Amino acid sequence: MSNFTPLSGLAGGLMIGAAAALLLLLNGRIAGISGIAGGIFSGAGEERLWRIAFVAGLVVGPLAVAAVTGDMPVVEIAAGWPLLIVAGLLVGFGTRLGSGCTSGHGVCGLARLSPRSLAATATFMIVAGATVFVVRHVIG
Amino acid sequence: MPRTVSALLIGMLFGAGLAVSGMMNPAKVLGFLDIAGDWDPTLAFVMGGALIVALPATLLARRRSRPVLAERFDLPAKKAIDLPLIAGSALFGLGWGLVGFCPGPALSALSTGLWQVALFVAAMLAGMLVFRLMRRT
Repeated sequence: MSNFTPLSGLAGGLMIGAAAALLLLLNGRIAGISGIAGGIFSGAGEERLWRIAFVAGLVVGPLAVAAVTGDMPVVEIAAGWPLLIVAGLLVGFGTRLGSGCTSGHGVCGLARLSPRSLAATATFMIVAGATVFVVRHVIG
Repeated sequence: MPRTVSALLIGMLFGAGLAVSGMMNPAKVLGFLDIAGDWDPTLAFVMGGALIVALPATLLARRRSRPVLAERFDLPAKKAIDLPLIAGSALFGLGWGLVGFCPGPALSALSTGLWQVALFVAAMLAGMLVFRLMRRT
């Protein structure tokens, strides 16, 4: 557990939870990123505009953190381009078919005590864990 | 307009939270998913921290008739645990495990300007578009 950072994890988690709480109480919406991003293609007018604004905020947020701390958050990507394309397609298609991702099912759905979101979260956690196990310990 | 402004600011808070938590970094997410390796439990603390705030907010929302800036709450109506839910979640889990990016962190990581992130996000949006086109036919 050499990379374990519980305090910054908890602090960031509280911020994510606060964002989910505010989007629900102010805008009446679930902070599911795949649903918000996917809806950009189907929505129109303000229904499309608030989604674009939210995604723009997602990109600006880390820059604001970097401006305060003086360090850009670390992003390390080991995958090459073919894997990035395949994984991106799977994540995009899968989250839309499954009606949600880590935020929509994993945070908001569990907060609503939804059995549907619990089933989805258990499924993607187990499959992702199994995938990493195969890639790192069986093939690798 | 107020809803768009609040969405922008809330999106910033969400993105800042992803950056602070370390979840914007796929290497760290893969460290959580790799239970058999040098396990990094941080992601569980991120979800726990998020739930500490989101759970009471959800209970509060149930007691209100409408949100502050909109006419009504727009919440998921589906209740069934069906094949699309499980199959979609499994496909997502596979993609998540291969690279370590889920949708929120991937979009936030566009802030780094790395071409790998842009490529992943382009493929992710293409996957969403494919789903939308399949739904139409």
